[in-house]
Amino acid sequence: MADAAAFRSLRRAAAVARKEAIHLRRDWRSLLLALAIPVLLILLFGYALTLDLKNVPTVVWDQSRTPQSRNFVSLVEGSAYFELQAMRQSERQLRADLDAGRAMVALVIPADFAERVAAGRPVTVEAMVDGSDANTSRLAARYARSLGLIFNRRLTVDTKPAGVTLVSRAWYNPALRSPNALLPGIVAIVMMVIAAMLTSVTVAREWETGTMEQLIGTPIRAGELICGKVAPYFVVGMADVAIAVGLSRWLFHVPLRGHPGLLFATAAVFLTGALFFGLTLSIRFKTQVLANQVALAAGFLPTLILSGFVFAIENMPAALQYLTYIVPARYLIAIMRGIFMKGIGLQILWLDALLLFVYALAMIALARGGLKLRLE
Amino acid sequence: MGRLKPMLVKEFLQMLRDPRMRLVVFGMPVMQMLVMAFALTTDVTRIRTALYDRDRSVASRALVDAFGAGGYFRMVAAPETEAEARRLLDAGQVQAMLAIASGFGEDLSAGRPAAVQVVCDGTDSNTTAIVLGYAEAIVAGFSARQGACGGPVTVAVRAWYNPNQESPLYYVPALIAVMLLVFSIMLTSIGIVREKEIGTIEQVMVTPIANFEFILGKTIPYMITGYLTMTAMLAAAVGIFGVRIHGSLVLLYLLTGIYLAGNLGLALWVSAGARTQQQALLTAFLIIMPCVMLSGFMFPIHNMPLPVQAATWLNPMRWYLTILRGVVTKGVGLATLWPAAAAQGALAVGFIFLASRRFRKTLR
Repeated sequence: MADAAAFRSLRRAAAVARKEAIHLRRDWRSLLLALAIPVLLILLFGYALTLDLKNVPTVVWDQSRTPQSRNFVSLVEGSAYFELQAMRQSERQLRADLDAGRAMVALVIPADFAERVAAGRPVTVEAMVDGSDANTSRLAARYARSLGLIFNRRLTVDTKPAGVTLVSRAWYNPALRSPNALLPGIVAIVMMVIAAMLTSVTVAREWETGTMEQLIGTPIRAGELICGKVAPYFVVGMADVAIAVGLSRWLFHVPLRGHPGLLFATAAVFLTGALFFGLTLSIRFKTQVLANQVALAAGFLPTLILSGFVFAIENMPAALQYLTYIVPARYLIAIMRGIFMKGIGLQILWLDALLLFVYALAMIALARGGLKLRLE
Repeated sequence: MGRLKPMLVKEFLQMLRDPRMRLVVFGMPVMQMLVMAFALTTDVTRIRTALYDRDRSVASRALVDAFGAGGYFRMVAAPETEAEARRLLDAGQVQAMLAIASGFGEDLSAGRPAAVQVVCDGTDSNTTAIVLGYAEAIVAGFSARQGACGGPVTVAVRAWYNPNQESPLYYVPALIAVMLLVFSIMLTSIGIVREKEIGTIEQVMVTPIANFEFILGKTIPYMITGYLTMTAMLAAAVGIFGVRIHGSLVLLYLLTGIYLAGNLGLALWVSAGARTQQQALLTAFLIIMPCVMLSGFMFPIHNMPLPVQAATWLNPMRWYLTILRGVVTKGVGLATLWPAAAAQGALAVGFIFLASRRFRKTLR
């Protein structure tokens, strides 16, 4: 008897899932867009976007015009970090370059550069950086300072012992490739997009177009409705995960050192949480535009900004660091990076995985509790 | 004009009658600004570091002190073996390890080259690059104090426009560009497509309203809302973050109008092609995401591959960001900003032209 009831319940949920799948299939444009967005994101982050510093546009005013100063300029030219745009003759020109954004670094080599270097007396090269882009300028400032160190080393390499040398190694990502760091986290971003753009509007649309009242008239129960609503999007979401992982692995050669099964399992848990999060908003707000805007602001943006995806959590102010504990993507990204690059498993990542599980359950409960199948 | 007014009133009512929507339109941008301004920083300090010192000499302790001195490295663990250090990095308990081999002090006092090793967790490539940069500078400084490798040339750095190189000062104005893009494209396109989805657009069609009046009625409210949002964000930037506006406010508001007009053109284009709000949302997202990412807002444009750099010319947010930074942070005027303003104007005209061609078809 109980079996028969459960079977009927399952059949009703499946009917809703079929209806939702037909909606999705009929609206092939949305489906196509849902699959195109992850591809676009991966291409963007794999190919075009990096925070590493290279090719910073640079101008130089060489007041010295000597072999020594040209030697210094050649250092700038040879560096991968700087790209020499032009030689200038006055401070006014340098200022105009920085103002217009044609250059981000302006170097001034003083007139007595060669004499002082030859005499071993201290001499200062002035570097002006465009502080309006604080991050780039901070990096550029550091590399500009190291120009002095490198130049000095060239001068003294024959005459003095080497002193202390630094041997630096980066584990897990020895070449410091940006795609290796960014692409494992892209799965979280992609799934939040699905949640914010697809499920957040699905129940609201029924309210807005009036078909919710028809659904209320059927024997469907709330639990069955939400499960049926989410099922097709779960399939789309997992397809997106597969696309993301596949492209990262084979197009951008991000090493996958850990267990792919664990990767997909944790992604499925997070996806469940994200989909029910979107559904909760849809149930709560009842209009598509509002549900979607809240999903973007409360789901997508924190996932992009506060998860450690691009901007390391350790670098944020303490108050904001506490805030990141309630951003579930934080845990997923830790897991993804762990699996992809460190090749570690649940023995280290169990707490992150557990928290994702709690998140998914909480979201299911919220969606279930929020949906009242009654006319108002 | 007589027919336009009731349309405008209707649009404003529809957009803002819901108090939650008022919060989304005016409260959210300022809230986002508060969070993002602090979160978006690549400033790295207090790096959790494991110290693996097998030398334990006066010299090695001096080096460790040098690492701790600037506030950049913070020694939080002292593993006894390399395996233990590996576990700490695996679990993410430390971000870096400083390893000093035994014999470091002896080598140094004997004038032989001595080596130290810094190992970083490379999973975050950006932070790692910065950390290794710090390490290099600290070791070079230490080395110079030991009497080796010192030299005459130093590079003194001055940061113009933002002397302390504070991240909020850079990001706060830039966030205005992001929010205006997101809101004007998304809200406008949804506003139009909703009429289609619910079917009320046919009711509008049978009224005597002309096409251009319909379009103006749909876009002017969002133009005004955009200006209000921008003003609220500017006020927050000045009042909360202490951002100083160095240039002309009049110029900024004028050029913001061009930006908004172009965005509304894009929104019309999106809504002309979409039948459901969901399609409009997804299309808008597909436009907004690359615009934000390829604007130089988070990721510097000069790092991008050349074809992508060329593509950023078609990105309205790229030009508006140049204008915002120029007017607010640098205090320059149209004499410097005219290329950005011209490009933005051309884009706006282009978007509106495309949209009106596509839109006329759908209205028939």
